[in-house]
Amino acid sequence: MPSALQSLPERQLEPLVKAYRDAVRAKRMQAALGLGLVLGLLGLAAWTTQFDALLLAANADRLSSYFVRIFHLENGALAWTDPAEWFWGVLPEYNFRWLWSLWDTLLIAYLGTLFGTLGGFLLCFMASTNLAPSPAHVFFARRALEFFRSVPEIVFAMIFVAAFGLGALAGVLALSIHTMGALGKLFSDAVENIDMRPVDGLTATGASWWETNRYAVLPQVLPNFTSYVLWRFENNVRGASVMGLVGAGGIGQDLMEYIRKFYYSDISALLVLIVSLVVIIDVLTGRLRHFLLGLQEAR
Amino acid sequence: MAVTDATLARARIPFDRSIALRHPAIFQRRVSPLLLRLALLAVFVGLFVCAIYRLDLSVVRTLQGFGALVHFVSLMLPPSASTWGKFLVYLHALGETIAIAFLGTLIAAVIAMPCGFLASRNVMPIGVLRFFTRRVSDVVRGVDQLIWALIWVGIVGLGPMAGVLAVATSDFGTFVKIFSEAIETADRRPVEGIMSSGGDKLEVIRFGIVPQVLPVLAGQVLYLFESNTRSSTIIGIVGAGGIGLHLSEQIRTLEWQHVSLLIIMILVAVALTDAVASRLRRSIAGRAGELATTR
Repeated sequence: MPSALQSLPERQLEPLVKAYRDAVRAKRMQAALGLGLVLGLLGLAAWTTQFDALLLAANADRLSSYFVRIFHLENGALAWTDPAEWFWGVLPEYNFRWLWSLWDTLLIAYLGTLFGTLGGFLLCFMASTNLAPSPAHVFFARRALEFFRSVPEIVFAMIFVAAFGLGALAGVLALSIHTMGALGKLFSDAVENIDMRPVDGLTATGASWWETNRYAVLPQVLPNFTSYVLWRFENNVRGASVMGLVGAGGIGQDLMEYIRKFYYSDISALLVLIVSLVVIIDVLTGRLRHFLLGLQEAR
Repeated sequence: MAVTDATLARARIPFDRSIALRHPAIFQRRVSPLLLRLALLAVFVGLFVCAIYRLDLSVVRTLQGFGALVHFVSLMLPPSASTWGKFLVYLHALGETIAIAFLGTLIAAVIAMPCGFLASRNVMPIGVLRFFTRRVSDVVRGVDQLIWALIWVGIVGLGPMAGVLAVATSDFGTFVKIFSEAIETADRRPVEGIMSSGGDKLEVIRFGIVPQVLPVLAGQVLYLFESNTRSSTIIGIVGAGGIGLHLSEQIRTLEWQHVSLLIIMILVAVALTDAVASRLRRSIAGRAGELATTR
């Protein structure tokens, strides 16, 4: 088949080909440089963490055997062949022990979200440039919020366990502080994007700072706030499920005990329960969000 | 002219079910907002009371605790490591933490890449395989990183390696989800172009999909690296290496000056990686944007 394409004369073609090759070479060089950098960092990181791929490969069977073990009951049967034995902790004979732990975990998440929301709500007006009484308020409120959300909640939990003793109180407070930091930031972002005309109107009628926030700002931001709070509640349920690892209450405490004592089938049962709880809460909050959106649109 | 009641009565349209049926949104019986508010409030208060009772929270204990907390905070100042040798130990642990985050994220990204393709509708025609990959990643994601760390400590023993594996495992779940979403939303036109010019399945992926999704994926990897720096500061609590090990030790022994120093070190390290990663991310996003406009 004769080609319909016309070829440029050699003299004109040559610089074009050269430019193309140069461009390709430059791109390849750049890619190789990036790859080399990443590999170098990788080596450094592997050396720092004493990461031994050979050791891992040699012990790879231990991972699978671990999972085989946690899905076997003490009598050697597969866990799901005897659900009553596997999930003994949810049975009435044992006072629904695990179910109560799950419920406690939910309550810790609930209280953490509640207190955190209140705190974040109060601080967000201080942290918004358009509403704060003075720039100093903004500065300090923002630094405080940053601190609260940057320190991991489990660190707060450990400190609170030392101060308040073992138990759910430390977990609730840790989640509250972290939630306050995270929500305060999101809230103040929402507040900074409002329409300022209602605020001006209320200020003109002589309303106080609090009254202005209540009647001019809140109606505008409430839908946003609600969805942020729901999102945070989902996160807090996850967070509350591990609070027990440092002694701050909830289902994590049981899990920690079983892992430490090598109660294999109980570990898998609790993992299944925790994952299901998180999934159920995600689905429910998703439904609730849609329901609230519907209400808002019907208005 | 005044309108009499009789006129109004004559002008009234007789109510007809068909009108209600034609405009369901207007005739729908709404929940009274006041009633809804009261019910919500009742639920909130009820849960609150239930929580106070179940979790055994007492005002006295809380106040005592706050007293202790204020005392601890006063002991935290000024932050100090006592000796330079100790400070160097902490610095090394901090480096270890960042290395854990880096290595874990990278391993997860490399393993999740092919799995992301396996979980995407437009690449993987076999539904069972797609379903399986997705459910595995869901379950892996559902288990917290700290719990993974605990499990890995049980398998490979104490040390940073367990931390790397914990970060890699939990990120794997997240990456598969994000990657497959990015792949599924990729533009179909380049794919069709390559198919029509005779490219096989592998070439379609390499030249039709990968160039589109790579910037998105790189951005996500950087983002997760950032968030992993945060989370890997704490996996040491369960013995999986990094600065968390020292932090939990110092809190247990009530060495508050060390605690405050360690917290400050963590905050600085997180802020630094945040700054670096977000700059890199912006430059990647910028280049991807240029590509999109020149296309």
